[in-house]
Amino acid sequence: MIVRLRQPTREIVVEGARDVNQLLDELELNREAHLVIRNGTLVPGDARLDADDVIEVRPVISGG
Amino acid sequence: MNGSKCRVCKQPAIIDLPRHNANFCAEHLLQLCRRQVEKAIADHDMLSKDDKILVAVSGGKDSLAVWDILIELGYQADGLYIGLGIGEYSDVSLDYTREFAEARGLSLRTIDLRGEYGYDVPTAAKVTKRVPCSACGLSKRHLFDEAALAGGYDVVVTGHNLDDEAAVLFGNALRWDVEYLARQYPVLPARDGFPKKVKPLMRLTEREMAAWCIVRGIDYQVEECPMALGNKHLAYKEALNAIERESPGSKAAFYLNFIDRMAPILANLNEAATGGLNDCSVCGSPTTADVCAFCRLQERVSGHEPVPVELVLTKKARKAYLAGRT
Repeated sequence: MIVRLRQPTREIVVEGARDVNQLLDELELNREAHLVIRNGTLVPGDARLDADDVIEVRPVISGG
Repeated sequence: MNGSKCRVCKQPAIIDLPRHNANFCAEHLLQLCRRQVEKAIADHDMLSKDDKILVAVSGGKDSLAVWDILIELGYQADGLYIGLGIGEYSDVSLDYTREFAEARGLSLRTIDLRGEYGYDVPTAAKVTKRVPCSACGLSKRHLFDEAALAGGYDVVVTGHNLDDEAAVLFGNALRWDVEYLARQYPVLPARDGFPKKVKPLMRLTEREMAAWCIVRGIDYQVEECPMALGNKHLAYKEALNAIERESPGSKAAFYLNFIDRMAPILANLNEAATGGLNDCSVCGSPTTADVCAFCRLQERVSGHEPVPVELVLTKKARKAYLAGRT
């Protein structure tokens, strides 16, 4: 799957299917500080992401 | 496949909220957010439907979400955006704010710090040799107060959420800064030339506010302010989220129990600390000095050539900022 990350904006390729929480754990991202979006729709932590999905991992923390 | 179901309707969920030990569909996530805002407003007597409200908007998720929620709930709320001159970040933030207001037919006023006051935040940081957030916060507080009073608004709404408040509380508690702890309350009543200020998102997390915007189709500035990269506030949020991950609900308990149990104990200290204000000899705003902090800042920094954002960032922040622009 293609995973779009922010801060800085970049794309990475992750091989194979896994659930949202597994993906965040592998990327060492805290679930409390991120949302995962598939095709414009939010998906919960146990949602299965397929190998051909395009995913956005959006940070939600702001420091201002 | 998506396995989890909405706690309310049992339809497929779009978000898990561990602090509620529950999952929610889009409709019931929005309902939860609205109810939390209504509860905050009612518990702390923040707003009435007759109030003329000024929302401090930045183009980020929290201020656009709170404006959206208030309009949905039937409040009369205008927006004020302050252009801080933080390069492309400020330009994009203004675009999102304008887009939001125009799409909903809402009234938005904009102030350009450099155009109207002769300086911007990066230049102020460079000239004063202080962290950018210092000049930024001071300028925003002064200009929102001034605009609210001049425009006949009853109250200023800010988009501070539960994470913001918990992080500030954490920082104040780390230093046992009793004066700041005593002032930390989601409502500041109008007094001595200051407008009433309220924080209706005090019961909602950043994650819930970002989810509100995504579900409602609100485009907002997702990138972090380059001036804030690496600041202490973010470090406190990270620490609290590490605790939250191990013990969901800790952040809400930390802040909301402070408000319920500790803030009343500290209230007397707060009253004792106020008073002794006079009018600024330049702009007339309330101040403890002869000239208020905003006018002193403006006097010191206006007229300087604009300083590029990257020149006032820490090494770490500069690296992240430049990587984000490529």
